[in-house]
Amino acid sequence: MAVATKEAPRRLGERTFRFPAEPRIVATGSIAGRMEAEGPLGAEFDETVSDSLLGQASWERAERELMRRAVEHAVRKAGWTLGDVDFMFGGDLLNQIVSTSFAARDLDIPAFGLFSACATLTAALTLAAMAVDGGYARRALAAVSSHHDTAERQYRFPTEFGNQRPPTAQWTATAGAAFLLAAEGEGPRITMATPGRVVDYGLKDPFDMGSAMAPAAADTIAAHLRDTGRDPSDYDMVLTGDLAAVGTPLVRELLAQRGYDIEDVHEDCGLLLYDRERQDVHAGGSGAACSGATVAAHIWKRLAQGDLRRVLLVATGALHSPTTYQQGETIPCVAHAVVLEAPRAAGG
Amino acid sequence: MAKASQSQTEAYRRQQKKAKPPVPWARNLFWAFLVGGLICTAGEAVLKFFMAQGLRADQAAVPTSAVMVLVGSLLTGLGVYDELVRLGGMGAALPITGFANSIVAPAMEFKREGWVMGVGARMFQVAGPVIVYGLVASFAVGLVWFLVHGGTR
Repeated sequence: MAVATKEAPRRLGERTFRFPAEPRIVATGSIAGRMEAEGPLGAEFDETVSDSLLGQASWERAERELMRRAVEHAVRKAGWTLGDVDFMFGGDLLNQIVSTSFAARDLDIPAFGLFSACATLTAALTLAAMAVDGGYARRALAAVSSHHDTAERQYRFPTEFGNQRPPTAQWTATAGAAFLLAAEGEGPRITMATPGRVVDYGLKDPFDMGSAMAPAAADTIAAHLRDTGRDPSDYDMVLTGDLAAVGTPLVRELLAQRGYDIEDVHEDCGLLLYDRERQDVHAGGSGAACSGATVAAHIWKRLAQGDLRRVLLVATGALHSPTTYQQGETIPCVAHAVVLEAPRAAGG
Repeated sequence: MAKASQSQTEAYRRQQKKAKPPVPWARNLFWAFLVGGLICTAGEAVLKFFMAQGLRADQAAVPTSAVMVLVGSLLTGLGVYDELVRLGGMGAALPITGFANSIVAPAMEFKREGWVMGVGARMFQVAGPVIVYGLVASFAVGLVWFLVHGGTR
């Protein structure tokens, strides 16, 4: 009927979908720790903190505080109040995603907790965009957090325990990031999403997550390009989450084998957030808020200015737990992609 | 299939080995030698100090260990020892100061979970296996000694 012919279909190909309403990211909020503040993006965060405890009694409490403050920055910048948010999709790396739940308790917003490890950012953006596009929310929030010390003690060793990390290891970002999506208003748009399959290439080393996650990123990027009939050159940037120095050449190689050359447009948040020459982060950054803070503070701004027109953001997550790797299991990984585009006015 | 086949996995492993940055063996060995050597020299100085106070070498070893454990614990509490191991690797992890670090670090870490289920239960998280298999190994060696020497020294 008339309505059906007017609207282009939402689904494209095997697993990509379009958002005809083009939900806007009207504001972002970001907060980062000392290492991140000393990195190349240091000046761009809404707030930086030098105390990794943020004046709290534990690192877990500090991480919640990161998420809460990121959300408050975003809401303030949008000129909203917390009551204007219909609901939030949030996630973090801790067991039972406690940072998200406890932050949501304090924020008092209806909340869905998500776990896709470091791919949570794009999982949350996808679902928030779907909610807004479908008319279920006028205003939705996507938020992520991670904290170096909470991740260390959960996944690896006590923080003061001395151990030598291999060069493939990555540094979990201490940061929080929030994105406010709305059906109307100004801001970069979310136009498409391609959810990822859980991919497992049989790697087991939790100190080398870049290698484990690269095939998941390649799988999702290839699916997206296939579904849309686009080419990497249709994007100003293909931005992966936290493949870092080891996973970056691997994802490029895997995609080259499938006939896609992303070399010229590919960047990785794990390499943007820190300066590996100056900072001892080994292969680069990781963590749900590594991509979260990079996009909220830096990429969003460049999109809003029209300096970047179209970005394929592919956050990558390693879905293992300390229990599974101690039991000798491989590391399943996932990568979800969203397409971010400059605002209509700035984009021309 | 989202779970890669055997051949895909093997092909990827080969690819991945090439992408992996090499472990800086020469640098690691140099720092392990230097840091480990310095810790042992410090231990030797403490030992000599106790011997100068009139203790025999075997008697002086006990207070020396105690002092080195104290130093290791103190440096852990000050947040220095993990940096030392990051640099010196096994050179800093293997001496008794490293053993102290492996106990004090989790004790500090899990204090927030309380004295019983936190500090008490987690203190030996890292050192526990060392103690368990150290005991097993010394039992095995003792057994061999007994079988060879028949219980006489």
